[in-house]
Amino acid sequence: MTDFHVLNSRVRRLDAPAKATGQAVYVEDMNLPGQLYGAILHSPHAHARILDIDVSAAARLRGVKAVVTHRETLGLKYGVSPARYDETLYCSDRARYVGDEIAAVAAEDLATALEAVGLIKVEYEPLPAVFNIEAALAEDAPQLHDDFPGNLNAEVHQEFGDFDQAIKHCDLVHRHTFLNKRQDAAFLEPHASLASFDQRGYLTLYSSTQVPHYVQRTVAMVLGLPIGKVRVVKPYVGGGFGPKAEATPLEMSACLLSMRTGRPVKMSYTREQVFLHSRARHQFRSEYTIGAMKDGTLVGLHNKTWLEGGAYSSFGIATVYYAGSLLGGPYRLQHMKYDGWRVYTNKPTCGAQRGHGGVAARAHFEQQLDMIAEELGLDPLELRLKNVMQTGETTINDLNMSSLGMRECLEGVEKASGWREKKGQLKSGRGIGLACGFFVSGAGYPIYRSDTYHATVVVKLAEDGGTALVETASAEIGQGSDTTMAMIAAEALGVNLEDVRIISGDTDLSVDLGAYSSRQTLMTGHATKEAAEEAKRQVLEVLAEELGLPLEELDAKAGKIVFKGVRPDFRNLRVAYLKEHRGWTDWPEGEGLTFREAARLAYLKRGSIVGRGKYKPPKLGGAYKGATVGTSPAYGCSAQVAEVSVDLETGQVRVERVYGAHDCGLAINRTSVEGQMEGSVSMGLGEALFEEVKFDGQGRVVNASLGEYKIPTALDCPEVKAIIVESNEPNGPFGAKEVGEGAIMPTIPAILNAIYDASGVRINELPASAERIFLALKKKTRT
Amino acid sequence: MKHRLSLTVNGQEREILIEANRTLLQVLREDLGLTGVKQGCGLGDCGTCTVLLNGRPVNSCLVLALSANGAEVTTIEGLAQDGRLHPVQEAFIEHGAIQCGFCTPGMILTTKAFLDRTEGVPGRQEIREAISGNLCRCTGYQKIVEAVEAAAQAREKKND
Repeated sequence: MTDFHVLNSRVRRLDAPAKATGQAVYVEDMNLPGQLYGAILHSPHAHARILDIDVSAAARLRGVKAVVTHRETLGLKYGVSPARYDETLYCSDRARYVGDEIAAVAAEDLATALEAVGLIKVEYEPLPAVFNIEAALAEDAPQLHDDFPGNLNAEVHQEFGDFDQAIKHCDLVHRHTFLNKRQDAAFLEPHASLASFDQRGYLTLYSSTQVPHYVQRTVAMVLGLPIGKVRVVKPYVGGGFGPKAEATPLEMSACLLSMRTGRPVKMSYTREQVFLHSRARHQFRSEYTIGAMKDGTLVGLHNKTWLEGGAYSSFGIATVYYAGSLLGGPYRLQHMKYDGWRVYTNKPTCGAQRGHGGVAARAHFEQQLDMIAEELGLDPLELRLKNVMQTGETTINDLNMSSLGMRECLEGVEKASGWREKKGQLKSGRGIGLACGFFVSGAGYPIYRSDTYHATVVVKLAEDGGTALVETASAEIGQGSDTTMAMIAAEALGVNLEDVRIISGDTDLSVDLGAYSSRQTLMTGHATKEAAEEAKRQVLEVLAEELGLPLEELDAKAGKIVFKGVRPDFRNLRVAYLKEHRGWTDWPEGEGLTFREAARLAYLKRGSIVGRGKYKPPKLGGAYKGATVGTSPAYGCSAQVAEVSVDLETGQVRVERVYGAHDCGLAINRTSVEGQMEGSVSMGLGEALFEEVKFDGQGRVVNASLGEYKIPTALDCPEVKAIIVESNEPNGPFGAKEVGEGAIMPTIPAILNAIYDASGVRINELPASAERIFLALKKKTRT
Repeated sequence: MKHRLSLTVNGQEREILIEANRTLLQVLREDLGLTGVKQGCGLGDCGTCTVLLNGRPVNSCLVLALSANGAEVTTIEGLAQDGRLHPVQEAFIEHGAIQCGFCTPGMILTTKAFLDRTEGVPGRQEIREAISGNLCRCTGYQKIVEAVEAAAQAREKKND
């Protein structure tokens, strides 16, 4: 057993009291003196040439302070990956989806800003548009981007081993196709931004973002400012799940309008605008061919996938790579071939969402594994146990499973669910299904090509030695990273958690790539640990000198100095401390020397004690094209069993229970780990059963509200039994790795496999609505 | 034209002049500075703007402020008494029911109203029904349900 004094516990989250009392501040809750309110004009056409933009009436409206269009910008192209910069802040000659940004207004109040938006006259020449993959790839299809002929945003072709040769020797070659639907992240806080450009030319942006660092860079580039003149601050964020992991036109508009007016500008998306901005889960159409041997050994996979990307790239270049690379595990595939295409359409842009690139792929793959197991007459659990990799193995595409408790996860859910008693034994209309998954614990490379540190952290000790301040630009977006970092700092410094304060989410504090790819626990965690250890070392060095002891004999734990040898006489130190704090009532006391006394001494000898930490992954991955995407210092993995009931008359599904096991390395905060697992199940359940962003024939979202776009309520969600599996990840701080995204991987296929078990129908197109299951049941009885 | 609005908000009498088209949500957030009341959709779909109107949970974005004239309103800011958190707040904090926190104020107020009208310890299905008008995207509701149950159990224990 470990002897941590803070880690691996169930301490209360540091931010919970503020959030439970309404004191937690989100951007929308902030106001600055003299602020203006902004609004954006969106294209009503899915595809149109812009012939003229006349802002004169809007500019004349009383209370309007600025109107900006492409003419007021540098016209620079930007995006997520420099390899695919294809967006401009406002459309100049062409609008490419319903919602494309045309102009923005700042006014004394929101009503005036909205009225002014309505007064902007735009002359459009509507163009033919494409709304699905087939139409976009057709020979004479309307083209979205001159630089990307054929509407092909990106294509990937990779081969590991020799698939075509290998399947010739397989006992079973199984082909299957699958289709998911666009999902919306449906975080409850719509994006909001508050920008303030000061008289000296420095810009501060408060924004609801997952990635202050990338927003800082993008804003600086697009608006023509040096990076050091842009500060991005992230107050509390009401959920992100991926779509808030890139700079938005909202943020840039607020900044540009503040620069032009010299006044703070506040802007927010309505819920409808959140749907238009999107950047959420892509639609995948995939065809997999899997070769297997009679005994269940998986030999190879040929994965062909088309992604419907919407009008711009966003994270799409990464998504299309992830859609291939993340099927390299957790099974021992010897041959893997991947052909992927991301296609432009005249719809809102898709981007990253929880389980980026892997969720639909995993839903397809894991359902197909069950079909293979059935054809081979094997238990799906046995098939998986036979093929899962173990710690130390490397996937065929060079991803190193430096820790992998996959088998333990399977055994965990098997036992908890009573799999062996239930599989094949449940009555008609009841079913049980299983699936696995894995995910990166932080992308191995930044989004832009760079040698940058992925995280730097500063730990400062208060002059009285009693409080440690952790400063990081990492992003607490609800997942609990502030608490995680404070816990890591307390453990590494040797103090109690209540003596650690953290400030985060501010580019002034450090460099941190932010909350995406499940990276912060491992990466920011490493930097936090190093910073705290560095501060501790400084304190102990001074103490060692003072007491004439070797440094190796000293340590700190739970706020006390640990003397490994004979305890020295430190009365002089205590007397000095007490003398300096006459009138105080919280004097250090007791037999031992406190960390506070030692840290005070260190301050007196050396000035402010500041520990600095940094982290970047070592060079990871193979040498092939695209080898960087999917690399990570570590991988989390998970297995889930779902129990469902299907009404065989109506096709209505109810997920009765989910048993989920996830290997997160060391669980820093056990309650938070479970929270990520349980939340993942609900997001996966929504995508499996009812979530779908729908469009009319003109490319307009028809369900752009949380009433029409249904996310799970408490009545839709099952009781979830979360089982924490803890491997010891050698590349993680204290052995920790991800949980935020890997845990969603098995949910959809576990549910689909359970639906099959209950009803005998395979659902190959999401969502598995009552209608779709009903039709499949009818088809089945006919044949 | 502005109209006079009298409300008792978190035990305090407030009187303001407002336009007739303003919602209770806007008045609470913008005029009274009670930003613990959240706006997630503005359409009555998500429940983040839940407040207690004469003890009953309502979506404050769907209530015209003037229609609440004379009413008692409780927002999340009014739940703690004399610096002590309400037991429901305590339970949410203790049981990990809070992640991003955006649904939390509404969820806690809905829970308080539910427990106020419920005796004993409700079953989990009953709890799920009670909070089904408040959306949460982070937790999967598991720990929220557990927190509500724990709050009810704590009340039972106290009453014993």
